Amino acid sequence: MAQITTETLRVNPIDCTGHGVCAELLPELISVDEWGYPIVDPRPVPPTLDREARRAVAACPALALKLMRTEAPARSR
Amino acid sequence: MTTTVSESAPGGAARQAAGLPRLLSAIPEDLRGHLARYGATPYRGHGVQTGVLIGDIEASGLTGRGGAAFPVYRKMAVVARARAGRKVVVANGSESEPASRKDELLLRLAPNLVLDGLQLAAEAVGATEAHLYLHYGPTPEILRALAERASRGLDGLNVTITQAPPRFLAGQETALVNRLNGGPALPTFQPPRVSERGLGGAPTLVQNVETLAHLALIARYGPRWFRAAGTDAEPGSMLTTVYQPDGGGSGGSSPPSQQSKCRVVEAEIGAPLRTLLSSGAETQAWLVGGYHGTWLPMPQATGLTLANDTLKRFEASVGAGVLVALPADRCGLTEAARVTGYLAAESAGQCGPCLNGLPRIAAGLAELAGPGHRKQTRADVERWAGLVTGRGACNHPDGTVRFVRSALTVFAPEISLHARGQCSATNRKPFLPLPDGMPTSEDDWT
Repeated sequence: MAQITTETLRVNPIDCTGHGVCAELLPELISVDEWGYPIVDPRPVPPTLDREARRAVAACPALALKLMRTEAPARSR
Repeated sequence: MTTTVSESAPGGAARQAAGLPRLLSAIPEDLRGHLARYGATPYRGHGVQTGVLIGDIEASGLTGRGGAAFPVYRKMAVVARARAGRKVVVANGSESEPASRKDELLLRLAPNLVLDGLQLAAEAVGATEAHLYLHYGPTPEILRALAERASRGLDGLNVTITQAPPRFLAGQETALVNRLNGGPALPTFQPPRVSERGLGGAPTLVQNVETLAHLALIARYGPRWFRAAGTDAEPGSMLTTVYQPDGGGSGGSSPPSQQSKCRVVEAEIGAPLRTLLSSGAETQAWLVGGYHGTWLPMPQATGLTLANDTLKRFEASVGAGVLVALPADRCGLTEAARVTGYLAAESAGQCGPCLNGLPRIAAGLAELAGPGHRKQTRADVERWAGLVTGRGACNHPDGTVRFVRSALTVFAPEISLHARGQCSATNRKPFLPLPDGMPTSEDDWT
């Protein structure tokens, strides 16, 4: 079966210090909880937000935000 | 502990047909008794394809008995496949769940079965190092078994023993690897999995001690024998630690210095839970799967079996086999609040949501268990439970939330009573066991 490579945002919760810059740069996919820690949309990053996602990853002062490559079947379930 | 699983343990006829008990002898077995009972350790020998045992383990359907029920062959295959000069196998006997006593009893009664499993697993994956990670220091039974095996040249690898700190998360796989690396027993973020990069970066196979004991028997008698007990989906037997009202049940062992009576029973997977746990009027609820487990209401739960397949309807699982029948004279809400306080204190404090959420959840539950509570407290607890779920590096927040949410549901009538300043309990003595003295310092992770 053909595979589509997508990318998903993931936080390393041990490294994350709740700085919050990711949610400021990418409010479409990241919000913060009542203690200031990010809640990340688990779905693949849509192509339209690819650039913003990369900026958010690069801006994280704790290097806790990552883009993880995931292989998904081409056919939607 | 004086006695072990007695023949009068529940489900007598069915247990015997399935060849139970498989793991536990009546008294600690020395090497001579062990070999007489089970026969020689079935090493495959050099040059023999190591995949043979892994294939048998796959066919047996053996899953991890430490709580996660992960297929054993899969982790073995990853380590076996790895091209590395150093590979490690660890027998995990940390048993850091305070209500579980089954690994302790197994290591006392059948240390040679565990050590057989450790050596056989090491041979199958091509390990160069073997470790035993223990909650209590090495017991006389373990030391004797190791010495007897060494004098007969039975073991391919020396076994290094490390003691786990008495913390709830100390047995978590990544915490174990960190401890064996000489650091604190704190969980780390995955990936990589420890089977890919574990101890000192080496591919590391971590298996619970009971899992390794089953593996040693499958290596001897084969997968078909193993599948004679259990269900098709979840074959075999498992050790359970059972707590219930005085007078409930029979047989089993009674470890000393416990606040409540407990016994360790080897049960067939799929056994009706009511053959293991009392379900009459003296019981108000069951707790299945320990402190990361699920409260189940009576009498709705009485038809369930000891199998994840049936328990998942109640969002429950067998976990590491801790089963509790809470007596009718206790306050379930108070019990749940006490354990939740312990779980919050046992957060490693590394992940923001767990560090912030668990103490708030515990405080909320304590308030609900007190006389009267603020109107929004229950909703607050529900919201915090949602906020911490799935957001830890390990499953501590998720397991704690499973315990708390099921308590809120099952003990809802008790919450209403407490709101009016009442409580249904006639016995205030704590029932669920917790370690003596809560953790006080933040640096006792080693």
